[in-house]
Amino acid sequence: MSLTEYGLQQAINALSIGSLYALMAIGLAMVFGILRLINFAHGDLMMVASYAALFMLLAGLPFWMVVILAVIVGALAGMLMERVAYRPIRGAPDVAMLLTSFAVTIILENGAVMLIGARSRPFPVPDFLRQVYHLGNLTVASVNVVAIISTAILLVALTLFVTRTDTGISMRAAADDMTAAQLMGIRINRVIAAAFAIGSGLAAVAGLLWTAKVGKVDPYMGFFPVLKAFVAAVIGGFGTIPGAVVGGFVLGILEISLQALLPGDWSSYRDAFVFGILIVVLLVRPNGIMGARVREEI
Amino acid sequence: MNTAANATTAFDWRRWAGAALPVLMILALPIFADHGASAYQHRVIVILGIDIMLVVSLNLFNGFTGVFSLGHVGFMALGAYASAILSMPVAHKAINLPDLPVWLAHVELSFLPATLVAGLFAMVVACIIGLAVLRLSGHYVAVATLSFLVIVRVVLINATPFTRGSRTFFGTPAYTNVWWVYAWVAVTIYLAWRMLRSPYGRAMLAQREDRVAARAVGVQVLRTRLGPFALSAFLTAVAGALWGHYILSFSPNAFYFTETFTIITMLVVGGMGSISGSVIGTILIVVLSEVLRNLEGGFDLGFMQVPPLYGLSQILMAVAFISVLVFRREGLLGYREIDFTRLFVRRGDPRNEREA
Repeated sequence: MSLTEYGLQQAINALSIGSLYALMAIGLAMVFGILRLINFAHGDLMMVASYAALFMLLAGLPFWMVVILAVIVGALAGMLMERVAYRPIRGAPDVAMLLTSFAVTIILENGAVMLIGARSRPFPVPDFLRQVYHLGNLTVASVNVVAIISTAILLVALTLFVTRTDTGISMRAAADDMTAAQLMGIRINRVIAAAFAIGSGLAAVAGLLWTAKVGKVDPYMGFFPVLKAFVAAVIGGFGTIPGAVVGGFVLGILEISLQALLPGDWSSYRDAFVFGILIVVLLVRPNGIMGARVREEI
Repeated sequence: MNTAANATTAFDWRRWAGAALPVLMILALPIFADHGASAYQHRVIVILGIDIMLVVSLNLFNGFTGVFSLGHVGFMALGAYASAILSMPVAHKAINLPDLPVWLAHVELSFLPATLVAGLFAMVVACIIGLAVLRLSGHYVAVATLSFLVIVRVVLINATPFTRGSRTFFGTPAYTNVWWVYAWVAVTIYLAWRMLRSPYGRAMLAQREDRVAARAVGVQVLRTRLGPFALSAFLTAVAGALWGHYILSFSPNAFYFTETFTIITMLVVGGMGSISGSVIGTILIVVLSEVLRNLEGGFDLGFMQVPPLYGLSQILMAVAFISVLVFRREGLLGYREIDFTRLFVRRGDPRNEREA
């Protein structure tokens, strides 16, 4: 395998994992931008959508319909979460909102344990997502190709949405200055609900792609991806959609390079390095690599 | 001011009674545990004491500096593993942890030194990460300390020669008893109270209330945060060590998100910023979760059998937690302390005036 091929192979891996992180980080960033809420329970939407998909597949629905319905279920779950848990506490200190989202995570994960069981269930991944292509020395899993392409399509759609539609523009206005947006007649509850719906729908897509990759569903599956999406969102500059996307891909590249560059016994410490880098980014560029270089003084 | 000075110089039985009452109330628990408590009650009392330590020391940092750490369970883990490794008999170490470096393989400390060294170890770690992390504020500290917790977990899982990785760590000497625990509870509460009432503690509260104003009168914010962070890391690690020497076999899973959430629930319910609130919140949550856990396994309603619902107690706890945040954000006590001297001092007595 030549060096170029090796680089290309790693680039594909980085892109595919990065696209999942980007999809997750967008939802976190949209909500944070408007509410200053770090929604820890965002990862559990992956779990909700994947279980929904599992049961619909077992019920015999065709795959394309299952995908659409699972995304809708995810979006509805996100809107419900906002209505029940986050609206009553809107405007509270940042940490109180963060802790509320922890509690929501506990409720969703234990709810899944209680209703479905703690053990993981195999997911019937359709054949076209299980293919592995060989192009010369390169190996490409079809699920990674699907991940990259669907993320690209969704990103284009999202960009059109936030720049061309009224709801999208109100969303950016609310993120910029919530009070001013309200004074301009923007219905803030509607905008927030839309942000949760879109972010959660994207999380549902990420959840399905993740499940297709690992082939199983369990109540805690969203826990680690959401931590990673945090890192991505922080690296990109919390609260902006382009930042979240860039952060997601940067994190993907970072992880793959750490994997490749760390010596043998150290590569299992990869995640420790990733979170160490997060702390460094917080210290040096709290507004992310895309944000202005402002330092919050203590 | 004068009356307060007089009250402390002259012997004042009322003040003494006020100070002694909470001590006696806490002392009642280990006495009961040793006389007449069932094995189950004994166990709950021990765990309760350890939880009180964890919550009071978390409060010492989170409540009094106003900066929110989500990583304290990491210190608890460091304490539990460090103390267990230091105190394990050399012969057991050769079998359980064969790959331990030589300088550790031949160490065998007794209980108190092992817990103290474990605590100091966590304290050093806290100083190092604190120097970096405590410069941040608000959200950022929460995210950074959560990252610390993840890093600790990754290290615990991968440092197999020391921790057996994700497999169960066993062979911890069974040193913890109810008296050790409650002695440490007393030390924890005393240290937290002393720190809070010292000039240093006043500076902590000042920068919590208004960072800019505090800096303007010469409070060095980083330094006033670092002290309580280090002390609370020490006490949290000691609590972890006590827990380890009581539970005996544990794995990295014990020191992660669920434990973090449990401790934070106790803290928030009791009221951040109040030591007595932390104690009361802990007692409340421990009792509540024990009751719920017993119901969780299924029970008989007389006319129907309720099936086991594992996870229900956690769910109800989280619902209670959200309700507290929504309806009574300052928790049960908020920033107030229960002051028992008031019980003994008549209304209108100048001694009843609380110190600011």
